[in-house]
Amino acid sequence: MARSVTPQRKALNTAAAWAIGLLIFFPILWTIITSFKTEAQAISDPPVFLFFDWTLENYGAVMERSNYGRFLWNSIIIAGGSTLLGVIIAVPAAWSMAFVPSNRTKDILLWMLSTKMLPAVGVLYPMYLIFIKFGLLDSRTGLVIVLMLINLPIIVWMLYTYFREIPGEILEAARMDGATLKSEIIYILTPMAIPGIASTMLLNFILAWNEAFWTLNLTAAKAAPLTAFIASYSSPEGLFYAKLSAASTIAIAPILILGWFSQKQLVRGLTFGAVK
Amino acid sequence: MGRITLDKVTKSFGETEVIPPLDLTIEDGEFTVFVGPSGCGKSTLLRLIAGLEDTTSGQIRIDGNDATQLPPAKRGLAMVFQSYALYPHMSVRKNIAFPLKMAKMAQSEIDQRVDNAASVLNLADYIDRKPGQLSGGQRQRVAIGRAIVREPSAFLFDEPLSNLDAALRVGMRMEISELHKKLATTMIYVTHDQVEAMTMADKIVVLRAGHIEQVGSPLELYREPRNLFVAGFIGSPKMNLIGGAEAEKHGCHTIGVRPEHIEISASEGPWSGTVGVSEHLGSDTYFHIHDTGLADTITVRADGEVGFNYGDRVHLSPRKDVIHRFGADGLRIA
Repeated sequence: MARSVTPQRKALNTAAAWAIGLLIFFPILWTIITSFKTEAQAISDPPVFLFFDWTLENYGAVMERSNYGRFLWNSIIIAGGSTLLGVIIAVPAAWSMAFVPSNRTKDILLWMLSTKMLPAVGVLYPMYLIFIKFGLLDSRTGLVIVLMLINLPIIVWMLYTYFREIPGEILEAARMDGATLKSEIIYILTPMAIPGIASTMLLNFILAWNEAFWTLNLTAAKAAPLTAFIASYSSPEGLFYAKLSAASTIAIAPILILGWFSQKQLVRGLTFGAVK
Repeated sequence: MGRITLDKVTKSFGETEVIPPLDLTIEDGEFTVFVGPSGCGKSTLLRLIAGLEDTTSGQIRIDGNDATQLPPAKRGLAMVFQSYALYPHMSVRKNIAFPLKMAKMAQSEIDQRVDNAASVLNLADYIDRKPGQLSGGQRQRVAIGRAIVREPSAFLFDEPLSNLDAALRVGMRMEISELHKKLATTMIYVTHDQVEAMTMADKIVVLRAGHIEQVGSPLELYREPRNLFVAGFIGSPKMNLIGGAEAEKHGCHTIGVRPEHIEISASEGPWSGTVGVSEHLGSDTYFHIHDTGLADTITVRADGEVGFNYGDRVHLSPRKDVIHRFGADGLRIA
């Protein structure tokens, strides 16, 4: 029997959903509002919500003090590069796990995921030494590699779930048609999995964009992305909440916009395979 | 050319032996059907020939050359799958052209062959559509088109019609038979449907649990089934199998009488019983007769106009010249 939904119940659900949504969004909203306040209003007690003199001075100050464009560019390179490299490595890996599984495939998948449980700080020291040794400190190459490695388990997992949905007979047909393993992956598997690969890339781009531990610890000035840009405003020079907020707002704006336009892909990507 | 020889081929999945040692020769140009109940190993056997599964032991020869270790693409065979297995992101044209593209054929040659296949299979109107926009029958034709453009030495069909509705199935059956006559290429066809096997095959291979029960032409299998399994499997409706005293009269353990070899009458005949369910097909009527003291049910195939009602007492007379006799081991007694 279908559940009966009364109008009252529907209204209640809608209200609850909005309340939870706003609660989650509130810190971001507060950051954005604060970025338009003066430093004095930003720390006033009781806090002011909407009725204050909106000002753009913080944005002016932030743009003047630091080179936003360079940080943005670094973020794009690091997030984009690590995602691309990750997918190139993960497609063959996921292919073999999905289509030629062994008895240990499940174990390997779980083991890969378990590396995500490791606290990053636990390997900071060895990682730092490796970076020094190979001259990767404060380089975009180094960050591309490390963020790719961090997100690789998720990329493999997501692609694995997508590939599992592709009927094996189609790949067998390609084999009968004379496709080598390489052409099978290039001409058949990848085009069929494009929607899955796209949402995987999107999610990993966002994860890499937001990653703050390694990007902060392994960069100084040259390769620093937007996370370092934000962090540079939480300084010991004093409390500059309004400027910090302005910096945060312009740092998260690109990814918020990207996320907004790709909501559908993202939701589909995250729930794929869950319902079947 | 397409003569395929299996020499003591076996296949095991882990500990389970699916195909015990098996010998079989498929002659060039022959339409061979593998038939058997589900799980009898017929699809596995086809996949072994295709190279999609590795043999555990034994040898597969195609035109005399050892192909046992060759990858599927190098065997010169084409396969049509049950699910059609079309490439959903490619147009009909690209689907059919794919094997030629993989063979690095010149584009002009590819175009010519694809157009040719499309006209043979009546696909010209759909050539730029994606598989998702086609009906089941059209998809099946694209899958066949993809197989014929390569001019393979043999075609392998894995239950190609089981996803189609009944009317289309009959139509496609004819088309495939027609194609076989036209191309005169070896075809191996897997099905669980004995009607498909009977109507299409030059040679039927009846399989059970990986064993070949009998190999022969449709009529050979119909006239002289080698054992009880083949007797029961080939022919529709199924052969009536009768044991006990009636069989002893014929000097055997079990006798088999096909429904079409029994006369039904209101008054005369050595056997008698009551009419149960009757199935009216128009041209024929199948009567299921109970309380004969011979078997649970005796099926009789009569002319469509013969009219008996549920519960009527009837008499049956089997045709003496076509009674099949089987021993206690289930084998035919000549």
